[in-house]
Amino acid sequence: MANKKENGYLTSKEIRAISKENRRITGEMEKKWKRKNVPESEYITKMRDPQNAVEFDDLHSYFYTDSGVVKSVDGVSFDVPIGKTVGIVGESGCGKSVTSLSLMQLLQRPQGQIVSGEIRLNRGGKVYNIANTPQEIMQDLRGNAISMIFQEPMTSLNPVFRIGDQVDEVIALHEGKGKSKEEIRRQTIEALELVGIANSEGVAKMFPHELSGGMRQRVMIAMALACHPRVIIADEPTTALDVTIQAQILDLLRDLKDRINASIMLITHDLGVIAEMADYVVVMYAGRVVEKGTAEEIFYHPSHPYTLGLMASKPVVGRKVSELYSIPGKVPNPINMPDYCYFRDRCELKLGCCDGEYPHEIRLSDTHVVSCYRYYEEHKDEAKMNTNSNLIKTAEIAASREEVKEDA
Amino acid sequence: MPNSDYILEVKDLKKYFPIKGGYLDRKVGSVKAVDGVTFSLPRGTTMGLVGESGCGKTTTGRTILRLAGEKTGGSVLFEGKEVYDLDKKQMRALRTKMQIIFQDPFSSLSPRLPVGEIIGEAVKEHNIVPKAEYEEYIDKVMDECGLQPFHKSRYPHEFSGGQRQRICIARALALNPDFVVCDEPVSALDVSIQAQIINLLNKLQEERHLSYLFISHDLSVVEHISDSVGVMYLGNLVEYGKKEDIFRNPLHPYTKALFSAIPNPDPHAKMNRVVLEGSIPSPANPPSGCKFHTRCPYATERCKTELPIQREMEKGHFVSCHEAK
Repeated sequence: MANKKENGYLTSKEIRAISKENRRITGEMEKKWKRKNVPESEYITKMRDPQNAVEFDDLHSYFYTDSGVVKSVDGVSFDVPIGKTVGIVGESGCGKSVTSLSLMQLLQRPQGQIVSGEIRLNRGGKVYNIANTPQEIMQDLRGNAISMIFQEPMTSLNPVFRIGDQVDEVIALHEGKGKSKEEIRRQTIEALELVGIANSEGVAKMFPHELSGGMRQRVMIAMALACHPRVIIADEPTTALDVTIQAQILDLLRDLKDRINASIMLITHDLGVIAEMADYVVVMYAGRVVEKGTAEEIFYHPSHPYTLGLMASKPVVGRKVSELYSIPGKVPNPINMPDYCYFRDRCELKLGCCDGEYPHEIRLSDTHVVSCYRYYEEHKDEAKMNTNSNLIKTAEIAASREEVKEDA
Repeated sequence: MPNSDYILEVKDLKKYFPIKGGYLDRKVGSVKAVDGVTFSLPRGTTMGLVGESGCGKTTTGRTILRLAGEKTGGSVLFEGKEVYDLDKKQMRALRTKMQIIFQDPFSSLSPRLPVGEIIGEAVKEHNIVPKAEYEEYIDKVMDECGLQPFHKSRYPHEFSGGQRQRICIARALALNPDFVVCDEPVSALDVSIQAQIINLLNKLQEERHLSYLFISHDLSVVEHISDSVGVMYLGNLVEYGKKEDIFRNPLHPYTKALFSAIPNPDPHAKMNRVVLEGSIPSPANPPSGCKFHTRCPYATERCKTELPIQREMEKGHFVSCHEAK
């Protein structure tokens, strides 16, 4: 890595050297990706567990920028079971969206590349390894097998086309072979009705600006579901919406998921939304999974200090605190990641052993996995000593909530 | 004699925007963005204003600051003086006393000015401090808001969202205001950054005895930061009172629905949700009578015709609903 001057800026000479190297690396990857007639053996694999819709296995997605390589996703593994909702939480820049974009192969090429690891997509008969799937095949998978609901309904719809035409386009592209315009339009109207748009024929003739935010988000969902995908990625689907509309959209998503037995990957930073929707939760920090488990495990027994910090920093209606907890410091520079635990410098519960290499995953139960030295067998005693923190209280409050529930 | 305990008194404030169209671009109607809002804000406290988007929260904030052109009706008394009666020169002087922090820290900072100038521009303009102390003063303000002195020569694009919001806060506070309108200051930020900014706002309030009008759609944030809460629906303040009263005992059906829609970070929590059908009606053509009757589960014939007046149900707890008991 190039020498950093004191002010943190690179010289233009250094930048030129980096971008030359980047072009060499990404050029090779692009060539591979654009090949035609790739033999199936290169991208067809087997699922570890056929009950899963998607398996992420040690995924690494990097961005080759002019100031260095940004390891946005750095060894992420988790499963999305069929018919379940997996929530991914984390701050912006932690790699949530990049993980999901990798699954769609929608990373900004050529800078953004899946460098290593596997993403296995279960498509009934065949299992695809998305990391190696060439462009041609990918176009068939997108929309049909996986589809995505984007974050901002305001900017993801094209303002110069009518709603109906935009949904038509999706259907024509993916399922349109041999269908007449009328048939496609009928399917569009059905898709709009499915998401609870009452005046669907009227709405199909409208432009996006004539609709409210909630309605636009419904249109986005209709577009995503138009071709009956098995996996739906919802990237902050309700962040731009009001609470009352958010409640409507969440109800809709839950209802639709059950009806078409799809899996949802729900990306959000709102823990409330996650608790309501998700069966499994994955907590990400700086490109890695720090904790994953079922929703109950994460919310009643949060274990990683970062998860605890997230919970403590969110104000909750009905819970009084004089001052909100805020995680000190900030996310490390993604270009120069430290070689110890990424959270160590912000962690209030750090131990002496945290200076060592990045902690590996520790299993607390069959489903609950955490990457933290506090749960290593040999450090458990030390962890018990260091309990003088607000964070521990948060953990206790969380655990006590479950006891209350069990009593009731 | 106005009550000097209150820094701000708003009475029956109205702001309509004209809709132009047709032949010769004549006025064909109006959007009733703010339609009769009454509240008063004691000095050194925070009032939270909640509601769905399009309900007039932001317009209320801007109208109070006289940033949205002329008001349509009602009065805004700032420290006992009617804001809209001041001439240009007096208004200019008053601007330093009332400031605003905007929602989106990405678009409310000029990309072409270094941070030091963004914060200092108004300080120079209003001669807040003598020239000799200027640099020192900017450093001090930046330090209070958690920014480093070397940030001064950097440009906004070099900062993260949370830090940009700190710059916006520093810009507002550099003028030594008494009253700050915070228009969704944390909506665009991550949870952990949100907590930092909320704590910062609280700290600054204590140190400088500031009064805030805190506009947000996030009820949990509003509950945390506010002393009193106002709930707006379609230009009306439907419920208003002390935070404890509103959250413990919401009276207006809209407030109840709003509260039940908050997602609870507890997977086992049973939801007794009052789900509101449809979306907010157009403010250009609001429903007759109580504006909420089209979505209200308890609406009666009376609600369709008669506009409810604001009633005081408990001490300091006002609600505009015929059916509230």
